Amino acid sequence: MLSRRNPQLNAHGELIHLLSIEGLPKAVLTQILDTAGTFLSVNDRDVKKVPLLRGKSVFNLFFENSTRTRTTFEIAAKRLSADVINLDIARSSTAKGESLLDTIANLSAMHADMFIVRHAESGAPYLIAQHVAPHVHVVNAGDGRHAHPTQGLLDMYTIRHFKKDFTQLTVAIVGDIVHSRVARSDIHALTTLGVPEIRAVGPKTLVPGDMAAMGVRVCHRMEDGIKDADVIIMLRLQNERMSGAMLPSAGEFFKSYGLTAEKLALAKPDCIVMHPGPINRGVEIDSAVADGSHSVILPQVTFGIAVRMAVMSTIAGNQA
Amino acid sequence: MQQLEAESLYAELRNGVRGLMQPGAALVGIWSGGAWLAERLQRDLHLPGGDKGYGVISSMLHRDDFSERGLSAGTGATNLPFAIDGCHVVLIDDVLYTGRTIRAVVNELFDFGRPASVTLAVLVDRGGREMPVSAAFAAAKIVLPAAQRLSLTKSDDGDFAFSVREAA
Repeated sequence: MLSRRNPQLNAHGELIHLLSIEGLPKAVLTQILDTAGTFLSVNDRDVKKVPLLRGKSVFNLFFENSTRTRTTFEIAAKRLSADVINLDIARSSTAKGESLLDTIANLSAMHADMFIVRHAESGAPYLIAQHVAPHVHVVNAGDGRHAHPTQGLLDMYTIRHFKKDFTQLTVAIVGDIVHSRVARSDIHALTTLGVPEIRAVGPKTLVPGDMAAMGVRVCHRMEDGIKDADVIIMLRLQNERMSGAMLPSAGEFFKSYGLTAEKLALAKPDCIVMHPGPINRGVEIDSAVADGSHSVILPQVTFGIAVRMAVMSTIAGNQA
Repeated sequence: MQQLEAESLYAELRNGVRGLMQPGAALVGIWSGGAWLAERLQRDLHLPGGDKGYGVISSMLHRDDFSERGLSAGTGATNLPFAIDGCHVVLIDDVLYTGRTIRAVVNELFDFGRPASVTLAVLVDRGGREMPVSAAFAAAKIVLPAAQRLSLTKSDDGDFAFSVREAA
């Protein structure tokens, strides 16, 4: 039975779906990060595969395109020995008018054990989780502007890997925060893990009004925002949102909020620079920084596979 | 049950393991009790590779009760600081019971290569086998009711003791 308090947890407080980081206890987050550490070392073995999901079918349901995220889920599921089915759902049944729940019912009849869902509508993975059979698990791979919990967890794994302890850190999240489900997931995770200072840095049009209520310090000047930061998380400027009055131009944005070596010098000397990808060089981040010694953008990608293995194996092992 | 004196059983295990250490052999302790034993055996027997020359192995990724019990939280990861190909692996554990952990650990071992041989030495063999597994050396053989769980504990100053709990 789904818990009324949090549909992601069973009656014992164990994770059965991953829909959002919001509301998850610190112990659950820490357990996933610890488990991911075990899976990271699987890459060093002769046999880079473990049998935890052998005989299970994982369906990648990407109603919104994202080749990279879908691929990392696919690799993670295959390393766990699952069978992976990728559905180009945007171009198939939905285009023919089938409802979301009918699609899920049909795929469940094909004996799906886990759905990895990306959807343009916030809340779509919740709807699916409420309608699947008790043995079926759902992972949110990004829903609307709401949440992208596996990206949030891999960001936490990256921070912990390089900084060890969350409780002394200043973390600056820079750029298009209003459209970013990554920023929301990061803020919830950083708060739960005890980061004392979280800053949201960007122009007024791209920083939502509810940031202060989430315990986040809002900075409209980049220089103030990244001063003495331990971690800088740059967000992709979503080009598709560039039309309209939100921003004058990509060039103007780069001048004010693009991360250059000169601005980075304001942060702590051992600051790490993160980005969820794909990066827009010369728009939110200078090439010299993206490729420089502070950048941990590629380790994030590697950690992302281990974190997704940890999420899938954790929920698959827990009963509703 | 008989009183299990972990420290004196350890002394017997040390003598037994000494006899199993042929050329090309290495100790691999099963997390967690077996890993403590392997750490101390490595030191006490002055085995090649120095104090860190032993391996630790976890059954976590190959357990047969995953679908009922899920991932075991807080389990240590496998760490094998030497090549498994061609190695004579001496597995060390605190308690041998059903043999299911040993089955899982042998699968885990083969993910790292093809050992020349695998043998097992344990502090206590409590019977109750459900797998075709036996130990080359056991410092004690006892019989315990199935409802009791026997495991090794280690004090802050490194001394071993046994704890017996009623299974949940």
